Amino acid sequence: MSSEPYLLPNGRVLRYNFHERLIHWLAGLSYVYLLLTGLAFWSPWLFWIAVVLGGATTSRELHPWFGVVFAIAVALMYRTWGGQMKEEPEDKAWWGAIGHYIRNEDSQVPSASRFNPGQKLLFWGFFWNCFALLLSGLVLWLPQYIPWSLRFLRLLAVIVHPIAALLTIGLFIIHVYMGTAMERGAFGSVIRGDVSRAWADHHHHDWFKQILRDSETRK
Amino acid sequence: MSQSSTEIVRISGHSGSVPGAGLNREYQVCKLVDTTTCIGCKACEVACLEWNGYTFTETTFDNSYQTMPETSWNYWNLIKFNEHEREDGSLMLLMRKDQCMHCEDPGCLAACPAEGAIVQFANGIVDFQEANCIGCGYCISGCPFNIPKFSPEARKVFKCTLCNDRVSQGLEPACIKACPTGCLHFGTKSDMSELAETRASQLREHSGFPDAGVYDPAGVGGTHVIYVLHDAKNPEAYGGLPRNPTIPVTVQLWKHPLKWLGNLAIIGGLVGVFVHYLRFGPKEVVEDEPVTKGEKR
Repeated sequence: MSSEPYLLPNGRVLRYNFHERLIHWLAGLSYVYLLLTGLAFWSPWLFWIAVVLGGATTSRELHPWFGVVFAIAVALMYRTWGGQMKEEPEDKAWWGAIGHYIRNEDSQVPSASRFNPGQKLLFWGFFWNCFALLLSGLVLWLPQYIPWSLRFLRLLAVIVHPIAALLTIGLFIIHVYMGTAMERGAFGSVIRGDVSRAWADHHHHDWFKQILRDSETRK
Repeated sequence: MSQSSTEIVRISGHSGSVPGAGLNREYQVCKLVDTTTCIGCKACEVACLEWNGYTFTETTFDNSYQTMPETSWNYWNLIKFNEHEREDGSLMLLMRKDQCMHCEDPGCLAACPAEGAIVQFANGIVDFQEANCIGCGYCISGCPFNIPKFSPEARKVFKCTLCNDRVSQGLEPACIKACPTGCLHFGTKSDMSELAETRASQLREHSGFPDAGVYDPAGVGGTHVIYVLHDAKNPEAYGGLPRNPTIPVTVQLWKHPLKWLGNLAIIGGLVGVFVHYLRFGPKEVVEDEPVTKGEKR
């Protein structure tokens, strides 16, 4: 990462810098719009959402554009975090202890670096599903330009788009739950950017250790 | 429909005819297109434009009689001209009036997410209600006949209505009225099927078309536009009439198993995280815990 100092003067630790927070919320807010309008087209029970959001015709017009924004945000996230999301051999041990992680028996979970393997799964899950959503979405955006001879593209898009969307919804539910309710301090880290030293040590021990080491060499 | 229960067929102890019997024999309407007597005059194309209030658009020339490659959002009725070489080397010019088939099991309606944008009437007509159309184009993907067309100006989708406005007033569709050879017929589905079968058997027995038959594809539950074909074994020769049209399998998967699996998964996920919180609560970080100095805690 950059040579930006991570240990803040007020005794806290910089978890996400401004650029990271910005792209996270560009992706997050565009995703929420896509989710709501997408659900309106997914089920007649939820069609009212499109009505509330300015009418179903408007929702249909804007949904693809928000999709482009979301794809750009995911591409920016890939540029920023792609390198830190690489799977490591020691991730296996973390997944082996996933039961402890779920039951909050954190002392029995192998220590994590900046992103734990669960966060990596979230990232790559969103990345690849976004890719599938973008390609199928382009076809669904402008079906009238797909000639009859390439009709299989439309038929493929019709099934790929909801499957990929459902997979992201699964990730999204877990992500929002963990980021707001399950991990105290996580939501603040992506809003204001900082966490306490204890938080950094508890959740991302290896990362925090590296920060301490770096600050030693900096001196 | 509401009167069918009061429609009397027989009356006990009653002399003479049964009043009202057979008044409403059948609600299902049908258009019969006999491709063997079509002369390709395009009167039906003109009548369709006139009745529906569309003006002629620029046509395309591709060295045949065909007006344009396929129907468009403001051109719902198009004769498809196809040169076809028979097994004995002789040449046939096949002419098929292409329009919405008004499927009994319509793929457009199955795929449509907008409430009330596509309705199917008891008489079998499948009609687009453009006021409710959101222009998503899912109907384009759901149709096995390449019929619904998107209008870039209106940003909505249009297609043949089977002249629902005329039929509801007891008139035949405009194309039927204009046909000079009588290759187009309109009536109840059973009458049209019977007429079509009679014509097909004539062709088989007297006109040297042993494979003549009726096109009323079962894959979409039958259609409310049926064809008599010289060669029912080769509908593709008539400008891409699909041999066995169905609602596309991906549309069926999306609308049936995936929808229910997806709904269950979403609700399951929400319930799951809620129960997790009740059972395990948040991950607590003890703030006054002595912070590590680079050693494993």
